[in-house]
Amino acid sequence: MSEQLLEVKDLLIEADIDGQWKPIVNHLSMTLQRGEILGLIGESGAGKSTFGLAALGYTKPGCRIVSGSIKLDGVELVGQSDAELRKIRGNKVAYVAQSAAASFNPAHTLTEQFAESPVQHGKMKMAEARKRSIELFRQLDLPDPEHIGERYPHQVSGGQLQRAMTAMALGSDPDIIIFDEPTTALDVTTQIEVLGAIKEAVKARNVAAIYISHDLAVVAQMADRIMVLRYGNLIEEGNAREMLANPKEAYTQKLLNVRTVRESRYDHDKEDIQLKIVNVTARYPGTSVDVLKNINIEIIKGKTVAVVGESGSGKSTLARVITGLLPPSQGSVKFHDRELTPKLRDRPKKDLQSIQMIYQMADVAMNPRHKIKDIIGRPVEFYLGVKGKAREQRVLELLHHIELPEEFGERYPAQLSGGEKQRVCIARALAAEPELIICDEVTSALDQLVAEGILDLLLDLQKELNVSYLFITHDLATVKAIADEIVVMYRGAVVEQGTKAEILTPPYEPYTELLLSSVPEMDPDWLDDLVERRKRGEAPTAESISS
Amino acid sequence: MKHFIAIWNDLNLSARIGLAIVAFFAFCAIFAPWLAPYGESEIVGDVWDPIGGEFFLGTDQIGRDLLSRLIFGARNTMALAIVSTMVSFTAGAVLGFIAATMGGRVDQFLSRLVDVVISIPTLIASLIVLSAVGTSTSTLIIVIGIIYAMPVFRISRAVAMDIEVMDYVEAARLRGEGLWWLMSKEILPNAMTPLAAEFGLRFCFVFLLIASLSFLGLGLQPPLADWGAMVRGNADGIAWGFMHPLLPAACIAALTIGINLLIDRWVFKASGLRDDQ
Repeated sequence: MSEQLLEVKDLLIEADIDGQWKPIVNHLSMTLQRGEILGLIGESGAGKSTFGLAALGYTKPGCRIVSGSIKLDGVELVGQSDAELRKIRGNKVAYVAQSAAASFNPAHTLTEQFAESPVQHGKMKMAEARKRSIELFRQLDLPDPEHIGERYPHQVSGGQLQRAMTAMALGSDPDIIIFDEPTTALDVTTQIEVLGAIKEAVKARNVAAIYISHDLAVVAQMADRIMVLRYGNLIEEGNAREMLANPKEAYTQKLLNVRTVRESRYDHDKEDIQLKIVNVTARYPGTSVDVLKNINIEIIKGKTVAVVGESGSGKSTLARVITGLLPPSQGSVKFHDRELTPKLRDRPKKDLQSIQMIYQMADVAMNPRHKIKDIIGRPVEFYLGVKGKAREQRVLELLHHIELPEEFGERYPAQLSGGEKQRVCIARALAAEPELIICDEVTSALDQLVAEGILDLLLDLQKELNVSYLFITHDLATVKAIADEIVVMYRGAVVEQGTKAEILTPPYEPYTELLLSSVPEMDPDWLDDLVERRKRGEAPTAESISS
Repeated sequence: MKHFIAIWNDLNLSARIGLAIVAFFAFCAIFAPWLAPYGESEIVGDVWDPIGGEFFLGTDQIGRDLLSRLIFGARNTMALAIVSTMVSFTAGAVLGFIAATMGGRVDQFLSRLVDVVISIPTLIASLIVLSAVGTSTSTLIIVIGIIYAMPVFRISRAVAMDIEVMDYVEAARLRGEGLWWLMSKEILPNAMTPLAAEFGLRFCFVFLLIASLSFLGLGLQPPLADWGAMVRGNADGIAWGFMHPLLPAACIAALTIGINLLIDRWVFKASGLRDDQ
């Protein structure tokens, strides 16, 4: 039994990128004591997952460990045979992946998958594993712990599945658990439950943990120590509380900066109403449940309406109704007081031109076989009839607008970064010279700093071109930054709507309060406080809302 | 040249063997008139002259040089197979894309139609139709083209449906783009890789079908050289201990295996798998 549980020294990991080996973890070291939680923070490409997985002695396909040492309890992992490594994986070191849905085998029950690890490692027999699973399910606050293990993965919700995966990791009584962005794919309100359950279970068993995330506020709740990574290098390392109170490096300070809230002053009644959603109710064909219930929204020219809600709230469906992909079963959508034809196919080109959409995932929103200049140029030709040299000229103007260099016109989408791709999608929407742009979670898939840049760009464009936005999002920080008016949706109905000032000052509707309270803050005590307040009934929970 | 070397380096051993085989036969097919020592239907020797004797591969059942016939056979059969595959592909892919893009009743109608045709066994169907309409080159191409358009329809419809649900196709739809644009500019460029692999596979099937039809007497007619017909024509020699029919049979096997090895490698690469996995 050595002093340090995990000791990584001078680790160099390279990845095969386009035929060349490039370092993605650049001579990094870390130590981990028993019962300590270490947070690894960084943006995409920082190398945090790769580095965290090193505790398992594991590299993803296409990566290799070049040099350095990884010592688990004094035993060197680098250079070990696969057979030896298998003995420690799932046994002494366990792993909780980002997407529980992708990590569970849909053909086996939860208990069967739970038991796989301890039984395989010879730690216990099936009967004992079953008892243990019930115990852990109870500890992680899963409903009906006696019987939930009999269900299949698709029969439980995302948050429950993530907790089941944590139970699985705890099942073999490991020394270390690696959490790889476990709550990134969950709604804010579900995230709280999962975070609280994980923290309690880990502390109770004195398990060491490595918590990997790009969300600084979340890591602040969980970790004792934090390491900030960027491009495979260490930027800053230290005690969590100290770092949050006093970040030393400029990069850390940037990550810590909460998004600036922008003021918004105007008189609602005097303005020009552009789009009106009137009493819209909608359901998907062949189903019997209304996905949207009696929605009424007005969008003012040149202003931003933010629609906030979690998964299943109907906000994306709202976008589909406006664009004509899903005709409403009742009500209508009016553009400048003229009713829009419910079906996309029947609409005239002018209507299609006035309303443009930007998608969440820029990777799939652009045809990978088209060059950037063609992606931006097509709407120019299609709507405005501009061809040849004039079209090229217009494309260059648009590239300027989105702050990308001219040479990017010749590139393909795969050659651009996430933020650059989203800028091209914005240019594509602008190319049509629309009046309204629907932004469907456009910053949700981007890192915080990159997202900030995109939001700045959108606001600048709005000032210059007087274009309106319907901004669909689940992220309240974005809403605070960009919205003029807010619509809060829950399960297909509008819970609350009004100007930003009205919504964001108390008194709140219960659901709005739940949403606002669920957004993680930089204060390390925030999570514990919130869990306490919820237990005492002073703060709303998901159950108290649905009742 | 550098391009070819890069491709060669990228292939593993089995794919290199496949490429060598296919390249060899393609070469024979293209340069047949200059490579073959004798004419296609020239009688030069005695019936079933031995292999390795005066004639490199011996003579066939009426005294024509087997080597020359094999070389010309490569040209005839491969040319017919390529044209038929192209016909089947164009028809099948266009209909498949239309079915996927338009969906609804159009899709139902086309799919059920294809289901009916595809349920008829290939060889029997072609035998019946060809005995009825005769076996000129053009009827062969049309019949084979239609028969093999059916599985191509299925696979191009499946590929197109996968692509069609992507956001960029929806973005194009929201723009108001028409059917032709969606199919040719949005879906087709992204469907090329799986379709190309399918083309290679279909070519093998078509090739074998032509050889089988010729063997049964309903494919390419004599005196045109065709490997399947040559197996048939020389078959009786086995009874006398002459190994001649094995030569065209070996050629059929070799070419089919060669193409399959290449396609295997292509599909492996296209699906993004790595050699170290």
